[in-house]
Amino acid sequence: MAEKILMKGNEALAEGAVRAGCRFFAGYPITPQNEVPEYMSWRMPEVGGSFIQAESEVAAINMLYGASATGIRTMTSSSSPGISLKQEGISYCAGADLPIFFANVVRGGPGLGNIAAGQGDYFQSTRGGGHGDYYTIVMAPNCVEEMGNFPRRCYELAEKYRVPAMILADAILGQMMEPVEFDFELVDPKTLKAPDWALGIAAGRERRIVRSYDLREGKLELLNLERMERYRKIQEKETLHENRQTDDAKLVVAAYGTSSRIAAGAVKMARDKGMKVGLFRPITLWPFPAKALAAIAEHVKNFLVVEMSMGQFVEDVRLSVCGTARVDLYARPAGVPSADEVFTEIEKVYQGIR
Amino acid sequence: MKLINKKPSSLVDKPMRYCPGCGHGIVHRLIAEIMDELDIRERTVGVAPVGCAVFADEYFNCDMIQGPHGRGPAIATGIKRSKPECIVFSYQGDGDLASIGMAETVHSAARSENITIIFINNAIYGMTGGQMAPTTLLGQISSTCPAGRSVAVNGYPIKVCEMLAQLQGARYLERTSVSTAPGVIKTKKAIKKAFQNQIDCVGFSMVEVLSTCPTNWGMTPVQGARFVDEKMTPIYPLGVYRSPEQ
Repeated sequence: MAEKILMKGNEALAEGAVRAGCRFFAGYPITPQNEVPEYMSWRMPEVGGSFIQAESEVAAINMLYGASATGIRTMTSSSSPGISLKQEGISYCAGADLPIFFANVVRGGPGLGNIAAGQGDYFQSTRGGGHGDYYTIVMAPNCVEEMGNFPRRCYELAEKYRVPAMILADAILGQMMEPVEFDFELVDPKTLKAPDWALGIAAGRERRIVRSYDLREGKLELLNLERMERYRKIQEKETLHENRQTDDAKLVVAAYGTSSRIAAGAVKMARDKGMKVGLFRPITLWPFPAKALAAIAEHVKNFLVVEMSMGQFVEDVRLSVCGTARVDLYARPAGVPSADEVFTEIEKVYQGIR
Repeated sequence: MKLINKKPSSLVDKPMRYCPGCGHGIVHRLIAEIMDELDIRERTVGVAPVGCAVFADEYFNCDMIQGPHGRGPAIATGIKRSKPECIVFSYQGDGDLASIGMAETVHSAARSENITIIFINNAIYGMTGGQMAPTTLLGQISSTCPAGRSVAVNGYPIKVCEMLAQLQGARYLERTSVSTAPGVIKTKKAIKKAFQNQIDCVGFSMVEVLSTCPTNWGMTPVQGARFVDEKMTPIYPLGVYRSPEQ
């Protein structure tokens, strides 16, 4: 059995990436993710990788653009305003089919907002984020152990489909400490096959070009159509979710990340009072587990969405159930609800169910 | 018969899209000749900018990457740190290097990244149609300073070599010009040194090449070359601003 380590979420995230074979990290200080670059500043040299404190988030993402073009596993992390700055570079990575990995330890927004937990970057994460037509694979952990174990899956999916992949966390997940058991063997980057598009030593082969443009008439659309087909496959095959007590439920609470941890407590309180309440938690936010949610909506006609934003995640829930169920919203934009508060909302909605 | 000249094998055999009298083609050829002479073509990765030289990724016969406007030095940093055995160069214009990408320029020099930067200064934005650049001369007309660049509205042109020379990490800085044949020969020598420095792990090397944009200057190619010599060179004096031997 692997050893259990007590870790801070941000450290688990960094260590998880290192264990998954990350050998290049570039980042810029911003609260509440500072432990990630701090950890990487000593850990990267220890494993023979590179760490750079970049002059800006913009420079950091472009360092990643260059490093990942050489075919190695790379990472950057930031928090909301910093992720906004990186969006142009992420769009370029998507356009050049580079499998970068990054994490957003979300804080309150908009603007400078605050440094507490929030979920206001849901749209930005799941709808591309930068300019142009593209998607990023988004994984949403809800505990420190998942912070440590999700980077490996992000790398594997990113490389399989040649798309950027990210972890959407928040200040609570980044700052709290919990026991972590890594569920995968240490990845030795030397054992990974060098991709056939990677830049570097060109002896004995044709030159390679990494770019995100095609100015020839009609050609860009062909590139985008091919990428769209990859996105379709991701949506078909790579969704992850968790159902709790949904089989006999009259009301299902839908929540992701930190909200899902809090909602789980509230659902338990409801069950203890004999109310038939379940929990649906998407683990991948893009691709969104729409089919799984639609399957629940075949027998559950009432949903309560709990999110720490104004009503972003609720849109995906409504799209998934497609008018077949009632969807209520408990929105806490840059506020962290208590389990008691969520339970009060559950009671309100539950009492209205006939 | 003795072969006395040929197209460098580091240049792809295809027509370039640059305008008549433009300096990009000359500098491309010089870089390609140097790659051949130093026998580094198969381990060189070039970074193409946004601007007219976006097409550089099609012209150089080595691995190439094209990235966001101004971020060449950051991209080159990522490549060089990941693959130190590669020779990495970033090719940039004045808007790219001295305006939107100034932070990346300054900080890659401060870190003394072991990369080579070729900076083409033609005092104007070419690709977008002749707007004012950070290097546009006072009084020079552009599509965004139609009455000529004025200090009151636009401030002063940026002298990049002079500015970077303040940084300890900037190991080699030289400004040359491709407006004359002797200038082309000197430019080749400077660019070759900038590549050799990287091979020798000297650190950050940049050559600023004063170049021509007759199309957007509204001149003939010959007038353009004269503009470099008569108007640009007095503001941007040629010479070595920092050298590793210092």
